[in-house]
Amino acid sequence: MNPQQTIPASFRASIRRRRARDRVIETLLLAAGLAAVFATAAIVWILVSEALPFFEHVPVRDFLTDTLWTPLFAEPRYGIMPLVAGTLVTTFVALLVAMPAGTVIAIYLSEFASHRLREVVKPALEMLGAVPTVVYGYFALAMVTPFLQKLIPGLPGFNMLSAGLVIGIMIVPYVASVSEDAMRAVPNDMREGSYAMGATRFQTATRVVVPGALSGIAAAYILGISRAVGETMVVAVAAGLQPNLTWNPTEPAATITSFIVQVSLGDLPHDSIGYQSIFAAGLVLLVITLAFNIAGFVLTRRFRETY
Amino acid sequence: MGNIERRKLMDRVFVIVGLFALIAALAVLFALFADLVVQGAPRLDAGFLTSFASRKPAEAGILAAWVGTALIMLVTACVAMPLGVAAAIYLEEYAPKNGFTAIIEVNVTNLAGVPSIIYGLLALGLFVYRFNFGQSILAAGSTLALLILPIVIVATREAVRAVPRPIREAAYALGATRWEVTAHHVLPYSMGGVLTGMIIGLSRAIGETAPIITIGALSFIAFLPASPFTSEFPFLSFAWLKDPFTAMPIQMFNWVSRPDPDFRVNAAAAGAILLGMTLLMNGLAIWLRFRFRKRIYW
Repeated sequence: MNPQQTIPASFRASIRRRRARDRVIETLLLAAGLAAVFATAAIVWILVSEALPFFEHVPVRDFLTDTLWTPLFAEPRYGIMPLVAGTLVTTFVALLVAMPAGTVIAIYLSEFASHRLREVVKPALEMLGAVPTVVYGYFALAMVTPFLQKLIPGLPGFNMLSAGLVIGIMIVPYVASVSEDAMRAVPNDMREGSYAMGATRFQTATRVVVPGALSGIAAAYILGISRAVGETMVVAVAAGLQPNLTWNPTEPAATITSFIVQVSLGDLPHDSIGYQSIFAAGLVLLVITLAFNIAGFVLTRRFRETY
Repeated sequence: MGNIERRKLMDRVFVIVGLFALIAALAVLFALFADLVVQGAPRLDAGFLTSFASRKPAEAGILAAWVGTALIMLVTACVAMPLGVAAAIYLEEYAPKNGFTAIIEVNVTNLAGVPSIIYGLLALGLFVYRFNFGQSILAAGSTLALLILPIVIVATREAVRAVPRPIREAAYALGATRWEVTAHHVLPYSMGGVLTGMIIGLSRAIGETAPIITIGALSFIAFLPASPFTSEFPFLSFAWLKDPFTAMPIQMFNWVSRPDPDFRVNAAAAGAILLGMTLLMNGLAIWLRFRFRKRIYW
């Protein structure tokens, strides 16, 4: 006898119906999954298509080599260098804070702190990372800059130093958490081997754990750089908005991101060159952050695979 | 001092250095919040919440800003939650292990690293001009939804992955289809994690300033969006989706960038409320995570 015939027809119909519904739902879920792919594609497409008219006006060569960025002036010049310089200086200052502080906190949490302390401190650090960036901007302008002005007489009210320091504080939790993950991925056998040879905790941390987690720590720095490069509100509030080709952090300057904010605050017609210029600037920003993100991604993958 | 003593001393020195770094970082958070509250104290009253922005600092309030923020968060949650949860379920429960799935996963990771202002440019080109959403609450909410999508997806995936296999297998053994297993068992079990991820995502979205400046939030608005409730059938109106808007972080940015020190006080007051809301949401998420982790032991 055919086993199909032992199943009542009504039940078979129900199974068919439920399977059909499953296929429909699977398609819908797949569509949601594709939203991420769509978003990435849309970012690239929009930035490129809106920046193309800009590059019809401005030769790429001038864009990359001219040392003046004055797109809204009567005699506009379109050299991206001043904005890139501002971005690099603030990022560099931020790293001077975030790299040592983030690494020390990560080593302390991973190798020294008790389980209990870790349980309390990690959520607190998470909160430090959740503070809205515009609030950090206020912090830089209203608290850090006046303090720095006491240390450095003649420091202008807007400067890259203060903005960079605050961005550094902002990315400390991020650098610490990624580095700590990498350090905890180092197998305990290696630590025990080190202790068995008579090493202290500090020696184990610096000579066994940190070298073992090096690619992960490097990834933390690189992802931190990418955050600092893309940070917008702190620089828009505290670093001043004048494009200024300088490597001196005590001067005010605009960054790629703060330029985009400055232009967006005004009311620009859709087809003006000012409107197109923020997409060109955005494209440069995307390329820089993408390069760092890919490097960070490759490095984190490597430390996860080693052990 | 012998070699061993010196090495042990280094240990103790590092403990102090480590603790100092930790305390310094947390002290910043505390000092920041305390300063905002102290500086903003003169303006922190009921009138601040019920007045519109004004040229006179002492009369200005955040009515339009907090209403705008609330409506934007509503749109963000309504877009990000279904999209993010569905994408996460697809990746965890349905997706075959192949190159195509890997592409989706790489894209999610990549999106998490794109600077928020780039999302603003995307929204300006796509939502505002190509989809004709205009410089509206709908455009702002959708932008922030895209921004927090990776957060929701990652949190949901972790929650779904934590559901033990035997629960799924028991349901399959009783003849449930894949969707029935997901909807009746996996999702209810992982709801805590999904909720936590959603709250973390929204707490990120609530403070985002750059992307909504880019799509054209106004910083001076003296009216409210159309009310979502109407007196006639069907009692709900969606006209507010297309209204221009301002939001809490925009209002704070506007005040903080004015030279007049009286506006600085307003900025501090708005900042205290904004930071308070963010910390509250994060605290809630941490508490929820802690609770779910403790209670669930299968």
